[in-house]
Amino acid sequence: MSERIPVIKTPKVYVGGAFIRSESGRTFPVYDSGGQFVANVPQCTRKDLRNAVEAAAKAVPGWSRRTPYNRGQIIYRLAEMLEARADEMTGVLRQFAPAWTSAAEQEVAETVDRLVHYAGWADKYEQVLGSANPVAAPFFNFTLTEPIGVVGIIASDSAPLLGLLTQAAAAIVSGNTVVALASESAPYPAITLGEMLATSDLPGGVVNILTGYRKELIPTFATHAHIRGIDAVATGDDATALRRGAADSVKRVKVRQPDINWSSEFNESVYEIRNFIDFKTVWHPIGA
Amino acid sequence: MAVTLDPSDKDSGSKDEKKKHGHKLSVPELIFGDLWEYDPAPETADPRIRSRYDLFIGGRFVAPQAGEYFASINPATEETVTEIAVASAADVDSAYVAAQMAYETVWRTMPGRERGKYVYRIARLLQDRAREFAVAESIDGGKPIKESRDFDVPMAAAHFFYHAGWADKLAYVAPGRTVQPIGVVGQVIPWNFPLLMLAWKIAPAIAAGNCVVIKPAETTSATAMKFAELLQEAGLPDGVVNIVTGGGETGAALTGHPAARKIAFTGSTDVGKLIMRQLAERGTRMTMELGGKAANVVFEDSPIDQAVEGVVHGIFFNQGHVCCAGSRLLVQESIAESFINKLQQRMETLRVGNPLDKNTDIGAINSREQLDRICELVESGVAEGAKLYQPSCALPSRGFFYRPTLFTEVTQSHRIAREEIFGPVLSILTFRTMDEAIEKANNTMYGLSAGVWTDKGSRILRMAAELKAGVVWANTFNKFDPASPFGGYKESGFGREGGRQGLLDYVDLS
Repeated sequence: MSERIPVIKTPKVYVGGAFIRSESGRTFPVYDSGGQFVANVPQCTRKDLRNAVEAAAKAVPGWSRRTPYNRGQIIYRLAEMLEARADEMTGVLRQFAPAWTSAAEQEVAETVDRLVHYAGWADKYEQVLGSANPVAAPFFNFTLTEPIGVVGIIASDSAPLLGLLTQAAAAIVSGNTVVALASESAPYPAITLGEMLATSDLPGGVVNILTGYRKELIPTFATHAHIRGIDAVATGDDATALRRGAADSVKRVKVRQPDINWSSEFNESVYEIRNFIDFKTVWHPIGA
Repeated sequence: MAVTLDPSDKDSGSKDEKKKHGHKLSVPELIFGDLWEYDPAPETADPRIRSRYDLFIGGRFVAPQAGEYFASINPATEETVTEIAVASAADVDSAYVAAQMAYETVWRTMPGRERGKYVYRIARLLQDRAREFAVAESIDGGKPIKESRDFDVPMAAAHFFYHAGWADKLAYVAPGRTVQPIGVVGQVIPWNFPLLMLAWKIAPAIAAGNCVVIKPAETTSATAMKFAELLQEAGLPDGVVNIVTGGGETGAALTGHPAARKIAFTGSTDVGKLIMRQLAERGTRMTMELGGKAANVVFEDSPIDQAVEGVVHGIFFNQGHVCCAGSRLLVQESIAESFINKLQQRMETLRVGNPLDKNTDIGAINSREQLDRICELVESGVAEGAKLYQPSCALPSRGFFYRPTLFTEVTQSHRIAREEIFGPVLSILTFRTMDEAIEKANNTMYGLSAGVWTDKGSRILRMAAELKAGVVWANTFNKFDPASPFGGYKESGFGREGGRQGLLDYVDLS
């Protein structure tokens, strides 16, 4: 009996709820930690990024109008999906991220826990960040939060799963949608993550993940007017380019250092959610 | 006072209007025109403005190192009010050195309770000298005395009083985290509310334990320098607040200084973008309160007379030099004609002129440069096909004045419907359905403020949820309070001023 030849998965990125290749047809090879060729992943282009932003922008009204309870359950469901497929994800992290081999299992567990943490914030952050304001006039004055819209994420090379989902969870819990550029050196976990997102209840377009080269895509992340905020792991020229480009459309940029400790509890915070919300103050008259 | 309006003509015109729409006014209109000669009622309190102001650095008035001064003029008379120092990069640097010193040796370590007492003192001293500050503000900036007296100065004092109380309660600002001051903060403020913007910037910053280097706008530095005197009276430790004056170069030196741990800017979107680019490499923390093009949405069920007042106040308050001014009126088609008619009648009664006159509604445009910009944009409105209306009021022969102006037949693509005019110019558009109103209101790169006028509470809340703006006023406009966070969406900026949310933008978390 001859040995069965395994079927190798073609890596595709998850955009607008669908699995796609780059419009350019370009790919770049990824190798496992032993240097063995594994697959070609899409080398997404600026056009792919613009398409992803369009998908993300279309998803904003629907996602942000869901009840906080519903958003919380959906993010919790994502945690369930990841937990259920923890072995697969651990295997992927082990295969592709040599620096984190010993930590792969822990990274998956921490990612699940982080999702649970942010799922719980969905119907609570408003009460911590918003307020009723005692103004000196006959008005009921209150401040609510609103999502800013599409958030661009430039993910971490260290902890390619935990970092990416920490950034994404804090953004989407308030109703934002996300376009993320996966780790350039370890893109494969993000490919697998896309498959888990697709089987969660997260509506298509809420989290969109691209693989590709930072150098090619960072300028478009910076200047695309429909991306309203950026959460980037970046230094030097990349960080400067993001901030400078962001000025064109007055978008806010959160830059994190590559040596960030993603395991730290400091990454679990209502103030991470606060990075990408707007405050709206309403003056409602009191009277007859 | 040569008011050319003929009251009998006006009366018959409005009667036709009433017949057409079936309205009955129970109160006769009070448009007297030039039936009587107007008797001016000028405010006469001594503003106590010195003939020349140095820089305020390290608790003392110090001459600018280059010895350069410029004349600050009264925009209502074009006469020189005082001479203001030009701070060079070296002066700005010494201001930062003083601020850093104060931060490290005094302010950071002072218990919040004691820090707060200084801020309370500032509030009280400002209340004591409110009248004098109001007159100075109107002379230096051109705004009507009734606004500087009833709004700018008392609101500035309120901001200090409010934030003073936070100084020993910072632990409650950010649950789950420990808050610390940021350090030295650089602040740049505009010319439309010189003293009030100064209060918005300084009060939360120093209450939270930061020290400040602040630059008032070039054309309106007088009350900031008077405020420096007040800080001396309050005994505020030297260097906690440093005030440097000058133009764009001084501003660039201030925002680009390496000792600034945060830059807080209020001003135009264009300059805000310049600062964001300037700080791109350093990555300095920022808050930006930028321009606006607010929609004021009037539904057919709104309290019409109240709405007319609100729309007038929304755009003509402070000559329209308000970033959150209601410069786009969206009125429901069914009432548009009668509403615009009432608006025009109301505009006839606005008194444009001497800012120091207690009855003046619209004072002087802040500078010739701004007047030119308003004229240019109004000309573009006419050229692009919108219909201009201005009341017949006479303008003073000297100084920078502009008639209250409204445009009808405006489309969304007109420059007057898109660009911030920052003057007394209202662009009117109409809508039929709520969805159309929402879409038009949000069709702008700005998102600072919006207004909605309706009798229905549920509609107010729906509109408030849909309008993409940081502040939504319902059945009112241009209301402010130190406890009420203020700031924009989109290209109107980020960060908030006022309330707990604003305070959080002046602390570090750990």
